[in-house]
Amino acid sequence: MLYREAGDFKTSYHADNQTFPIRFDRIGFWITMVIAFAVIPFVINDYWANAILVPFLIYAIAAIGLNILTGYCGQVSLGTGGFMAVGAYACYKLMTGLDIYFASEGFVSAGGEMISKGGESFEVTGQFLFFTIAQNAEWTVYILTQINPVIAVILAGFVTAAVGVLFGLPSLRIKGFYLAVATLAAQFFLVWLFNKISWFYNYSASGQINAPERFVSEFAVTGPNTAPWAQYMVCLIFVVVCALIARNLTRGTVGRSWMAIRDMDIAAEIIGVNPLKAKLTAFAVSSFFIGISGALFFSVYLGAVEVGEAFGIQKSFLVLFMIIIGGLGSIFGCFAGAAFLVLLPVALKVIGVDVLGWPTDIVSHLNLVIVGALIMFFLIKEPHGLAQIWRLAKEKLRLWPFPY
Amino acid sequence: MSADFLYGIEVVINGLMAGVLYALVALGFVLIFKASGIFNYAQGVMALFAALTLVGIMEGQVPFSHLINAIFGTEVHHFGWEVPALLAIAFTVLIMIAFAWAVQRFVFRHLVGQEPIILFMATIGLAYFLEGVGDLMWGSDIKTLALGLPQGGSLWVENLTNGLGGDDFYGFFIDKLDMVATVVAAILVVSLIAFAQYTKQGRAMRAVADDHQAALSVGISLNYIWVLVWSLAGIVALVAGVMWGAKSGVQFSLSLIALKALPVLMLGGFTSIPGAIVGGLIIGVGEKLFEYTIGAPYLGGATENWFAYMLALIFLVFRPQGLFGEKIIERV
Repeated sequence: MLYREAGDFKTSYHADNQTFPIRFDRIGFWITMVIAFAVIPFVINDYWANAILVPFLIYAIAAIGLNILTGYCGQVSLGTGGFMAVGAYACYKLMTGLDIYFASEGFVSAGGEMISKGGESFEVTGQFLFFTIAQNAEWTVYILTQINPVIAVILAGFVTAAVGVLFGLPSLRIKGFYLAVATLAAQFFLVWLFNKISWFYNYSASGQINAPERFVSEFAVTGPNTAPWAQYMVCLIFVVVCALIARNLTRGTVGRSWMAIRDMDIAAEIIGVNPLKAKLTAFAVSSFFIGISGALFFSVYLGAVEVGEAFGIQKSFLVLFMIIIGGLGSIFGCFAGAAFLVLLPVALKVIGVDVLGWPTDIVSHLNLVIVGALIMFFLIKEPHGLAQIWRLAKEKLRLWPFPY
Repeated sequence: MSADFLYGIEVVINGLMAGVLYALVALGFVLIFKASGIFNYAQGVMALFAALTLVGIMEGQVPFSHLINAIFGTEVHHFGWEVPALLAIAFTVLIMIAFAWAVQRFVFRHLVGQEPIILFMATIGLAYFLEGVGDLMWGSDIKTLALGLPQGGSLWVENLTNGLGGDDFYGFFIDKLDMVATVVAAILVVSLIAFAQYTKQGRAMRAVADDHQAALSVGISLNYIWVLVWSLAGIVALVAGVMWGAKSGVQFSLSLIALKALPVLMLGGFTSIPGAIVGGLIIGVGEKLFEYTIGAPYLGGATENWFAYMLALIFLVFRPQGLFGEKIIERV
């Protein structure tokens, strides 16, 4: 009775083109928004933020990114972990002051202010745009001013997009799982790079990167003293903006050319879709979202990251599983899949360890078994995932209660 | 000859031996891919599972003992007997065949005709499932495989080659285990090729690889062939698991050899058995040489993690079907 277009007359092009054409969907969307923005921040506590809500939101962004590439454009990628690492490290470098080194010539000490960078001390000698110039006998270093964390996260997204396009170039020649395996090159190479080149982690002895404490107006959003609601709100705003962008991109020209490439690339080329443009925009947009999620994962959620552990191949598979279970080619599916795979280990832990009192290692092995079995189950029974189940439910709802 | 050059040769020889092992894992992939079009990511985990099962049977462990203990509060661990190696290997082969049947019956029979990429993702799911089952069955601690395979450097080779260089050269250091592995892998490859060429089942297998429908129409049971190739892949996985397990202990990292085999396949082409062997050798030698000449001195080492992928990636841009793969013809 409630869920149908009948009687919902559109009198303008604007109304006809809106994101949610059915009134019930719009109401549902606004109710969700009100709950997410006006209720949850006031009741959230540390456990809910750190165990469920913040990882859910961050993985949802990563899943949207991967879904654009895999679900909409049909290019399977196993490099998600590597691209998240790019986002995280770009965000770290921007937040702590990006430093660029040149060999210094004719350095004469003027007795100015001393700063330390990368374990060496430098003398500040000047200013160039947003860069502070510092010198010592060997190096001239240009240090970018430390950037506001929110802007740093967005810029990290752009950096990742550039890296994504670079690794997307082979997709023009390589297809199918040759490409899937080729993206593993990105995964392993990037993780190796961030492990070996000490510039990326500011020459710290541990090889870890730690999020410095940073504020948006007066509230800490990164660093150890961040309130749970602040973590949650930052992630939530990014998720909502990303999801809206993604949803509208996939409805428009770009999205349609992606889907044409996915369904049959040769045919798409013949009807005038430029495969170069379509594939590379898909890689760019997808990497942009994945980079943002990596940056948030590091700066807002974990705070300290060791690259092999946090952004290894397991992460790539986890995000891939999210979009398979959630639904390939569906923005709603990204949220469903992320929620499912974030909640499943938590639920299993609560049931297995807290209620039944089993050892944690058995529960984590059971988790593997269940996730693996579910993947196979979904691929066999419902290749379009939870999103398709939701779609079918809505179809039923349209006719309810008079199905004929 | 200068010592540096001789060390270079030693690196190449070790690379060749590593390459044989990569080729061994890659063979398992090629077998399944040719017959059913499934790109089996779970091959590495199958090697881990086979090795775990072998150790478990030999030591007389009770399967699922941790789970049973957790549920019923009992304290069972071992049956208290030890099974001789050959018998245990026979049991493990039986289990791998049963596994092949189950995979075919419960998973891939329902996915016939799906797109290759869906099948690939299903095998990733299978890999997770099998890894979890392996850990639940036999526990996740590192196990040693006591098959009595020779270990350590071969003195014989060292003495034989000692005279090649000057005073600062002490002969080639070559692991005995690598030599055994090379021989075993070579025997396995030859017998697989012989099986595919000269037996009835082998011919049926090649027919299915050629054309499913034509094979069906002359009375070959697809189901039987698929179970057969999965069993063969399971046996190859067992051999690979034993060799790698004897080298570095039976543990989770064993399953990562699948990731090593992927670039081998890309280089050699997914559909070619000789391609898998040549690709394995190229990757084995290439990554050892790169690490020796460029990686360790200039890039800080550990380049083996990604070199194979980069090599395969660059190679594929110029030849998308791999070295020996069939030409990809696309129709609309």
